[in-house]
Amino acid sequence: MSRFGKIARRTFLFGAVAVAGGAAFGAWYVTRPAPNPLKPGEGEASLNAFVLIDGEGVTLVAPRAEMGQGTMTTWAALIAEEMDLAWEDVRVIHGPPAQAYYNSALMGEGQTHKGYDASAFQHSLGEMMGVMGKVFSMQVTGGSTAMKDGYERMRVTGAAAREMLKTAAAKRLNVGVVELRTENGAVIAPDGTSIPYTDLAAEAAEVEPPRIELRERSEWRLLGTSLPRVDMLGKSTGTAQFGIDTRLPGMRFAAVRRSPTRGGMKRYDAFEAGRMPGVEKVVDLGDGLAVIATNTWLAQQAVDAIEVEWDPAPYPESTEAMVAAVEAAFDTEPDSVLRDDGNPDRLPAGATAVEAEYRVPFLAHATMEPMNATAWFDGQHLRLWCGNQGPTFLRDACAAEAGVDPSEVEVNVTLMGGGFGRRGEFDYAVVATKVAKAMPGTPVNVTWSREEDMTHDYYRPPAIARITGAVADGAPVAFDARVASPSIAAQALKRWVGFAPGGPDKGIVDGIYNQPYGIPNYRIAGHKADVVPPLGFWRSVGASFNGFFHECFMDELAHAAGADPLEMRLKLTRDEWLPAFYALEAVRDMSGWTGKTEEGVGRGLAMVYSFGTPTAMVIEVRDVDGAVRLTDAWIAADPGVALDPSIIEAQLTGAMAYGLSAAIGEEITFAGGVVDQKNFPDYEPLRMAQMPRTQVTILENQERLNGIGEVGTPPAAPALANALFDLTGKRVRELPLNKAFDFYT
Amino acid sequence: MATTLTVNGTSHEVDLPDEVPLLWALRDALNLTGTKFGCGVAACGACTVHIDGEAVRSCQVPVGDVWGEVTTIEGLGTPDALHRLQQAWVDHQVAQCGYCQSGQIMQAAALLAETPNPTDDDIDSAMNGNLCRCGTYPRIRAAIKSAAQGA
Repeated sequence: MSRFGKIARRTFLFGAVAVAGGAAFGAWYVTRPAPNPLKPGEGEASLNAFVLIDGEGVTLVAPRAEMGQGTMTTWAALIAEEMDLAWEDVRVIHGPPAQAYYNSALMGEGQTHKGYDASAFQHSLGEMMGVMGKVFSMQVTGGSTAMKDGYERMRVTGAAAREMLKTAAAKRLNVGVVELRTENGAVIAPDGTSIPYTDLAAEAAEVEPPRIELRERSEWRLLGTSLPRVDMLGKSTGTAQFGIDTRLPGMRFAAVRRSPTRGGMKRYDAFEAGRMPGVEKVVDLGDGLAVIATNTWLAQQAVDAIEVEWDPAPYPESTEAMVAAVEAAFDTEPDSVLRDDGNPDRLPAGATAVEAEYRVPFLAHATMEPMNATAWFDGQHLRLWCGNQGPTFLRDACAAEAGVDPSEVEVNVTLMGGGFGRRGEFDYAVVATKVAKAMPGTPVNVTWSREEDMTHDYYRPPAIARITGAVADGAPVAFDARVASPSIAAQALKRWVGFAPGGPDKGIVDGIYNQPYGIPNYRIAGHKADVVPPLGFWRSVGASFNGFFHECFMDELAHAAGADPLEMRLKLTRDEWLPAFYALEAVRDMSGWTGKTEEGVGRGLAMVYSFGTPTAMVIEVRDVDGAVRLTDAWIAADPGVALDPSIIEAQLTGAMAYGLSAAIGEEITFAGGVVDQKNFPDYEPLRMAQMPRTQVTILENQERLNGIGEVGTPPAAPALANALFDLTGKRVRELPLNKAFDFYT
Repeated sequence: MATTLTVNGTSHEVDLPDEVPLLWALRDALNLTGTKFGCGVAACGACTVHIDGEAVRSCQVPVGDVWGEVTTIEGLGTPDALHRLQQAWVDHQVAQCGYCQSGQIMQAAALLAETPNPTDDDIDSAMNGNLCRCGTYPRIRAAIKSAAQGA
C-alpha cells in the first residue's frame, strides 16, 4: 500500500479525498487557474467564468443548484454588489458544468474540529483543503456551503470585473483609473459621461485583472437587504422551467419501472404493453423497463402493464434486519471518538445517573418534482436537461453510459422542484441516457411516477443513540453518547468520485460531538453500521438525527437536575461559545419563555449547532380536543453575516417545516426488500393546517459567515418532542412521533 | 378519440384516448407546463386547475369527462398582467422551489372567489390539500390575506 493509502485510511472521508487529490495531481495542478468554460459568441465578451456581457446587458453565472434556497439570487448579488449593477437589470444563468465552478468550501468540511472552536490555522487549512474540490471538479451544491464558498470569491470576481471595465474606459478616455467610478452598470467619467458596460466589454475582456480591494460592509447596497428573488415572477406565473417541463421538437415521453428491490430482472413479458395506445418502444434497462410513448401517462400505463419477475434485494429484506445491523454496530470498536473531555466513566460524588436510548427511521426526500431528466442522443453528442446538485459528476456518469467522452455531453441545469440532497445523485439522468440511446436522434423526457421516486430514493439511514449522563447540583456533569448508523459518505463518494477511502465518517456523529456546551465529562463515539440499501444525504445529514438525540437528552438532564432547560443551556454555553448563548437568549425573549406553561399547553426548546450556525428553537403545542396542535414556533439563528434576511427567514422556516414533517409522520420501511411507502398518502408530509405561526430572529454575533439552508431542520424534532413531554409528561424517544401521539390534521 | 377542450379561452383539439387525465393533456399535448405533476393520486394539489371556476385535481379528471372551461395558471395571469394573487405571491416572496405554487395559487383563487375575506381557519381548510415541501405555508397565508384585502 502506498503512503497515500495509509494516510487516507487514517483520515476522515472528505479529508481523505482531499489528500488523494493532492497526492495524485501535485501542487501545480491544484493551484493553476481552471479554464473559463464560457464561450462568448459574436457580440459577447466574458470577463471571467462568472460574468458574460453582450449588447443587451450583463449576465451573471450562479453555478449552484437552485432548489428553492435562493442561492441563485444571493450568489448573483455577491457579484453585482462589487460590479455596481442595478439589481433589476441583473440576468442570472446556471451555466455549464465546469471545473471553474468547483465548490471551494465543501472539502474543508472534512476537518474534525468542532467548528465553533476552530483556530485561525484550522480555517486556513480548511481553505487549502477546499481547493482540492477543484481537482475533482467538485461542482456540488450541498453542505450549506454555497455562501461560505462564494462570499469572498464572488465579491472578488465582481470587483475584478469592475476594475477591468474601468481600466478599459481609462484607456479609451486617456484618463487615470482613479478618476473613474461605476454606477448602475456603467463607468462614469470625470465629466459625468456614462459609458455602459455593454459598450466596454470587448475591450475589458483583453485587460489583465488588476489588484482589487473589497468594499467595506458599510458601503453595500444590495447585500444585507432583502432583494426580490430573480426566480419569483416565473414561479408565481407557471412560466418557470423545471426539468420536467423540458419541451423539445419531436420530443417523446417515457415512464420507467425499475427493480423495487434495486436488483435485476429475472424475466418480463412486454408483448401487450408494446401495442398499447401511444406506445412507440419498450426499453430493457437491465434493472428495469422504460416505455417511450407520445404522452407520459400513456407511457406509465404501458410500463405498469408489463409482467416482471424481479431478482431479490442485494441487502437485508426487512427493516428489522437492517435495524439489527445498526444495533450490532454497538458491539464493534468505535469508528470515531471526536469528543473526549474529562472522564465520563467515573461519576462525580453525589451525581445522579440518567440513561436513554433514541431511535430514528429511514427517510425519503420526497421532493415535490419527481425525479426526471430529458436526454437527446444522436450517437455522438448527448444533450441533457435536468435539475441536479452535481453537474460535473452527472456529466461524467452519463458520458460513460452513452460511451462518449465527457466533452461530447451538454448538461443544462434547470430549476429544481426541491432537492434536499436527492438531486446530488445522478441516477435519473443515467436512466434517461439509457432510454435516449434506444431512440437515437429523438429527445426523450423521462419522468418517474411518484411511486417510482419514493421507492428508488437514496434514503436517510436509521440511527440509534445510547446515551448515559449525570447531573449534580442542578447541572449536567457527564454526557456520554454512542451513535450507530451506516456511512452515507462512503456510499456517496464512491458514486461521485469513484472511490471511498476507508477512513472514519464524521457524518455519523455530526451534530452531537460538536455542540457548544461546556460539560466537564463529555464523550461522543460513532459506530459505523454495515447496512447497504442505497443511502444518501438528506437535508442536514447527520445533524438530522444527532440534533434530536443530543437535545432531547439535554432536556432529560435538565429535568433530572431540576433545572429549567433554557437557563441550564444558557449556563452551559456562556463560557463555551457566546453566539450560542445569544441565540438562546433571543428565543427566550421572543417566546416570553418563563419555564412554566398553563394546563393544555406545552413548550419545548432545542439548540443545535450545525453547518457553522447555532440555531435555537422553541415550539409551542396545545391540546385541541385530544389532538396535538403546533401553534407557535420561535427561531433564532446566527449565520455570522445575513446576506439576504428574507431568504434566510424563509430557509429557517422551511427547514423547520421539513424537520417537523419528518418528526411527526415520516418513515420508510422495507418488506421483502421493497419499500412499503409508495406515495404521499403513505408518507404524509406536514400540511398547511399543521404549520405553526413562526417568528425568526437573525443574529450576527459570530465572526465568520456560515451555513443557513439546513440549520433549521436539526432543532425541529427535539423542540417538538420536548414540547410534547412538557404537555403530556410522556418522553418519546423514537421518531416519527405520530406513533405515540395524535396530531391535529 | 379527439376531444375538444377549451383552455384559457382557446379551443383545442386533443388527440388522446378519453381516459387520459386532463393534467397530461395540458402538459404533454398542449405544452401548458405550468400545471405540475406531483403524485397522480390527488394527494398533493400540484396539478390544481379550474373547471368553470371550480378547483379540481387535473390528475383525476379524464379528458373525456371535462365538463366546462379549463383555466390553468397561464390563464389566470401572465408576467405582464399579474392576477392579484400572483402579485401578492411576488410581494410576499412566497416561492422557494416553486414547484407547488401553481397549484397553490389556483386553489387560493378558487377560495377567494367563494370566500372573499377568508379567516385563518378558512385558509387552512381550503389549502390543506396542497402540499409544499419547502414549508412556504406562512407566506402563502400572508399572501392570500393581502390579496383578499386588496380586492
